[in-house]
Amino acid sequence: MIKIISLLVGLVVIAFIAWWFFGKRSVQTGEAVVDADKQSIDIKVKGGYLPEQVVLKKGIPATLNFKRLDSSSCLDHVIFPKFGINQKLPQGEVEKVEIDTSKPGEYDWECSMNMFHGKVIVK
Amino acid sequence: MNVTKRFWISLILSLPLLVEMLVRPFTGWMLPGGDWTMLILTSMIMVISARPFVSSAWSAFEQHHANMDTLVALGTLTAYLYSIYAMFINKPVFFESAAFVITFVLLGQVLEEKMRSNASGAMSKLLTLGAKSALVKRGAEFIELPIEQVVSGDLIQVRPGEKIPVDGQVVSGQSSIDESMVTGESIPVKKQVGDSVIGATINQTGSIVIKAQKVGSDTMLAQIIEIVQKAQNSHAPIQNLTDKVSDIFVPAVLIIALVTFLVWFVFLGKSVATALIYAVSVLVIACPCALGLATPTALMVGTGLGAKHGILIKNGEILEAANKLDTIVFDKTGTITAGKPQVTEVVGDRHVLQLAASLEQLSEHPLAPAVLAAAKAAQVKLLPVNHFRALEGQGISGQVDAQAVFVGTLKQDLGLVVAPALTEKVKVLQKEAKTVVLVAINHTAIGLIAIQDTPKKEAQKAIKELKQQGLKTIMLTGDNQAVAGAIANQVGIDQVIAGVLPIDKAAAIAKLQQTDRVAFVGDGINDAPALSQADVGIAMGSGTDVAIEAGGIVLIKNNLKDVGRALKLSQKTFNRIKLNLFWAFIYNVLGIPVAAGVFSGIGLVLSPELAGLAMAFSSLSVVSSSVLLGRSKI
Repeated sequence: MIKIISLLVGLVVIAFIAWWFFGKRSVQTGEAVVDADKQSIDIKVKGGYLPEQVVLKKGIPATLNFKRLDSSSCLDHVIFPKFGINQKLPQGEVEKVEIDTSKPGEYDWECSMNMFHGKVIVK
Repeated sequence: MNVTKRFWISLILSLPLLVEMLVRPFTGWMLPGGDWTMLILTSMIMVISARPFVSSAWSAFEQHHANMDTLVALGTLTAYLYSIYAMFINKPVFFESAAFVITFVLLGQVLEEKMRSNASGAMSKLLTLGAKSALVKRGAEFIELPIEQVVSGDLIQVRPGEKIPVDGQVVSGQSSIDESMVTGESIPVKKQVGDSVIGATINQTGSIVIKAQKVGSDTMLAQIIEIVQKAQNSHAPIQNLTDKVSDIFVPAVLIIALVTFLVWFVFLGKSVATALIYAVSVLVIACPCALGLATPTALMVGTGLGAKHGILIKNGEILEAANKLDTIVFDKTGTITAGKPQVTEVVGDRHVLQLAASLEQLSEHPLAPAVLAAAKAAQVKLLPVNHFRALEGQGISGQVDAQAVFVGTLKQDLGLVVAPALTEKVKVLQKEAKTVVLVAINHTAIGLIAIQDTPKKEAQKAIKELKQQGLKTIMLTGDNQAVAGAIANQVGIDQVIAGVLPIDKAAAIAKLQQTDRVAFVGDGINDAPALSQADVGIAMGSGTDVAIEAGGIVLIKNNLKDVGRALKLSQKTFNRIKLNLFWAFIYNVLGIPVAAGVFSGIGLVLSPELAGLAMAFSSLSVVSSSVLLGRSKI
């Protein structure tokens, strides 16, 4: 009896894992706040990036304020391959990352192990 | 609390457990207080050292993500919580598994952090190369100013032993300068008035005054830093596979661990404890980090190593393409040859040289300086020119003293009148690999100028090495077949494509690309389209900014041997990436089944603590293998 219950519970948990991690879900998108001739947005680094997608206006100098609240060593750097940015994110501090918004397009960012991802969209 | 502190706390607290584990089988000795002592020690480890894993795992879970912390947290929590339960029902406990896994994983992270900062060492070195201040002329004297205040046009004094602060030109004094930190050239270079100097290089012997030309982000060092930074953080196409895997890796491992438990407990009828140990081993042996670190760390070290030798590989894509080449095409002038042609003969009277030099002073053609130098040496007076025109790939024309003068190549379709004797002479000179410039007045040839640009001294050896790497070598030039063929023979190039206009170079490369994967080596503005067209564009030497922009690989020194070295470096780096990926995959592909007890029939099993150790070492071995790449010779 206990074995049958274990098996059923196990299968339910497996189904839950598949649904929770592989299921479709909406991506959190944030719009940068434009102030005079600058735009900026705060990004929380905790179990990933919040928001995961950032929309920036073309041609206005932009700053992303990353704040790492997570002790995972995976998230200790943020890397923008297209910009050649590799910024250390000390825990609990706000790190400013300047983004070049002269060309419209999509620019990915990632953690140092390439496990967590985010995206900047310049429109 | 940082990783290092967490590791030491965890290590000290888990030592008593280790002693007991080692001594108990032989003597039956147990820790005073038995299971309770173990519970207290392990609980402290869980609260102090393991809590960050749990909280990271939880925040990732909330965002539908899972990473390494998820595996470590779940694995150790399972072992810990089950042991507490087992303690109360008087079953064997395995607190030490939880404790050791945390210790080993943290050890791995501590070492990995050190290695990762080692891997990016080349970059930090580059960043500290620049001078902080400069002796700048303000008014009548030189005063020390911070480097940020130097502007283009400033006169700067550089004393022996000091760093050249910015890119510029020597205006007085002479010295020898150590340029190794920027160009990788170990022999000091002599500099005198008129020579260019590079910021961040070291003035060795004499005191010189330079005029600042490029400052701030325009300097060569700043450009190198930008290229290397982009390269070190770029992606290689080979990563696409791991990117796909890493997305599903951790959740898949969670499922495998559950299946492992169910199979052992439900289908094979083992105890809960045994089934749990297998499941926990699966969780802690799986290492997504090794997969994630395999490519970036090797890329970082490889591109950094290149920068040290004056070889800049722009990104992972180029690095990968440089491994799959069939053919390497060279521009001739300035690439294969020294690019400083000299006039060897003048056929005709003084007028020939005079007219040619008068026109050439307005031209930007690479052969112009040779004619002007010869005119200067012969003390010929230059005449004023009107209606100057450059005819691409043909020559130049203009009016001197109301006569139409043409200086250029001997082509049939220009309708020039050329005496048979001159035509013969042209053939003789061309056989000697000389470029022949014809001078004509009112469409009648009056004489010839022979110019020769000799191959660089290292050219022959460099080409030979490339051929040994199995590459077909081709020379692409606007010169005629005879000239190009003679140079090609001297250096041992396989094939010559001659008479190609600059605008057609890219098309010639595209034609070769129909059958081959092609690299192109060039150095001038007119090479930019071909550099972009080729699978791998290699911009050489003091090349123009345009060429540097268009090239995928930039060689700072003007040395042909660096072409082979750049390709070797790409191969070495790419092979290291493949090796790293292989190990990272093998660890997981073999490790997970072993941990799940698939081979328990033949006695091959892993306890959770050994699994944790294996996991720690998998990512560590990948990073150290990348760091070792930095020690290889190129």
